[in-house]
Amino acid sequence: MFYRETGQFKTTYRADQAVFPILQDRLGIAIILALAFAGVPLLASEFAISSFFIPVLVFSLAAIGLNLLTGYTGLLSLGTGAFMGVGAYGCYKLATWFPGVNILILILASGFFSAAVGVVFGLPSLRIKGFYLAVATLAAQFFLSWCFVRIPWLVNYNISGAIEVPTRTLFGIAVTGPNATATTRYLVALSIVVLMTWLASNLVRGRFGRMWMAVRDMDLAAELIGIRLYRTKLLSFAVSSYFCGVAGAMMAFLWFGSSEADTFNINQSFFILFMVIIGGLGSLVGSFFGAIFIWGTPIMLKTVPRLFGLSIHAATVEHLTFMILGALIIFFLIVEPHGLARLWQIGKQKLRVWPFPY
Amino acid sequence: MDLLYKIFLDPFLQMGSAPDLLVQTLWEGLVSGVLYALIALGFVLIFKASGVFNFAQGIMVVFAALTLVGLHAMLRHWGVSSGTVAAYLALALTVVVMFGLAIAIERVVLRPLVNQPDIILFMATFGMTYFLIGLGELVFGGEPKVMIADDLHLPRGAIDVKMLGGFVSFQKLDIAAALIASVMVAVLAVFFQKTRIGRALRAVADSHKAALSVGISLEQIWVVVWFAAGIVALVTGIMWGARSDVSFALEIVALKALPVLILGGLTSIPGAIVGGIIIGVGEKLGEFYWGPLIGSGIESWLAYVIALVFLMFRPQGLFGERIIERI
Repeated sequence: MFYRETGQFKTTYRADQAVFPILQDRLGIAIILALAFAGVPLLASEFAISSFFIPVLVFSLAAIGLNLLTGYTGLLSLGTGAFMGVGAYGCYKLATWFPGVNILILILASGFFSAAVGVVFGLPSLRIKGFYLAVATLAAQFFLSWCFVRIPWLVNYNISGAIEVPTRTLFGIAVTGPNATATTRYLVALSIVVLMTWLASNLVRGRFGRMWMAVRDMDLAAELIGIRLYRTKLLSFAVSSYFCGVAGAMMAFLWFGSSEADTFNINQSFFILFMVIIGGLGSLVGSFFGAIFIWGTPIMLKTVPRLFGLSIHAATVEHLTFMILGALIIFFLIVEPHGLARLWQIGKQKLRVWPFPY
Repeated sequence: MDLLYKIFLDPFLQMGSAPDLLVQTLWEGLVSGVLYALIALGFVLIFKASGVFNFAQGIMVVFAALTLVGLHAMLRHWGVSSGTVAAYLALALTVVVMFGLAIAIERVVLRPLVNQPDIILFMATFGMTYFLIGLGELVFGGEPKVMIADDLHLPRGAIDVKMLGGFVSFQKLDIAAALIASVMVAVLAVFFQKTRIGRALRAVADSHKAALSVGISLEQIWVVVWFAAGIVALVTGIMWGARSDVSFALEIVALKALPVLILGGLTSIPGAIVGGIIIGVGEKLGEFYWGPLIGSGIESWLAYVIALVFLMFRPQGLFGERIIERI
């Protein structure tokens, strides 16, 4: 009834193969983008932007990166945090070497560092599979975390041992560093995420995405139909790490403003894996849902009791948050193992046939 | 040339010149290896019987130790005057708690998720991890605690043995840990090979469907297996707790069990033991002799790299079942 493609005729293949072939989808995405670009900066408070919207954008991008690897290519990775770290440190070094270059270019370029690192740690993926590979990627996680702490060159020999983000401007407005407002940082982050999501959606619809999915579904069969396994898997590692690296650079430059080695630890990797699986493996929109859910739930759990005037001890709230988050993860997996993205699809289907049951 | 000397020759010269230090390092590696192996054992038990890669095993270790210490404190608080009685009462109660946990996990998590892909079950154990962290801290408080080693009558002190022109010191607790671990592995091996339930467990590990069709109750088996893993976790928790203290920092130690696990092969009990010892000894030797070369702290990742190198040659681990691929 509300969401129906009846009467929308396509006269060219081009129109038929568009990312959003249905008018309602195009309208929907336009409204969401308008809200994100204009609504949020105008309506949301500075605090809400820097503690909810920017983190969600960063995590969404990282989740898309991991989703390309785990959801589309079927390679389980627990090294996401470290690959994000490589992006952050790479961006910091680039910003030091090229102070005059546009910071947007630097953030996007820093992803190439983590792509290179990702390929190196993806090398064992031809022989090692499944959970064995997951533990192999833990080697990347722990080794790189160690490097971040032990190699002072990475942070330009700062005493604090942390990245201190310099101020960089874009058209005369401070984008990074202590003087940048949350709104500017949000808008820059949003532009990058929109651009990268568009890139990812075209990648997975195209030849590479199909190769990845063939490998995921059965790598032996994929090899038999002429897909070169090694290249495909390594490409997946590279692209995935590129996305994670950009997300990491955004995390350091547009969110925290400074970041320590501990930011990119193993828990970060797990956190992003949660987002991918709760959101839905092999779904880009699911990555956004997952990031919103995993980042938003603890915030909600912290604020809801206060709204009802309940005063619970801060430590107790922390413990309860852990328990409830754990229970919710299990609950969602039982109710819908294919993630929030599948719920979204079911919802759309219901809208399509409403008011009839099927 | 100098670097090559430092990497390939110098450490061995050091080993030769101070054999007592080498023995000490080997012993420490062996002990931590045994403890890694104990955690890995819990993983293997569950993976064999239910195909679940149980990430929560590390937290179960902490949870069991925390429950034991917490119950002990509560019992003392409620007027059990003798520390020893309270300790053993708490131990018994903790076993009951672990049994309850096994039943709860089977009912709430495993049964509704039957037949889902591996990664979904893996994620569910992540949910369990979070839940148990929250629960443990909520009930017993989040601050680090001291393991009740004295009240449990765990041995203390060290034996110094004169050998190879020096002294080598063996902690009695470490010896006890190694002994208990060996006994536990032996008991598990007998249990798996000789008892009725053990045979059923092996049948389930081979094929769920075939086991069901000959009348083995999957639910019952899963409870048994998770309970066994819980007991292993309790023993591990006591041993690790007595060496350091009981806190959620142990979780990081539990992650060390993962390279042990894949090195030995996900489905092999002897593999877990051998893997644990290789990782433990390799890690300590690497840290002691090669660590100073590239900056200390390499212990944090060396285990994973060792496992990675082994996997390059044997992708299914040392003792894992051969991976056969069919179209």
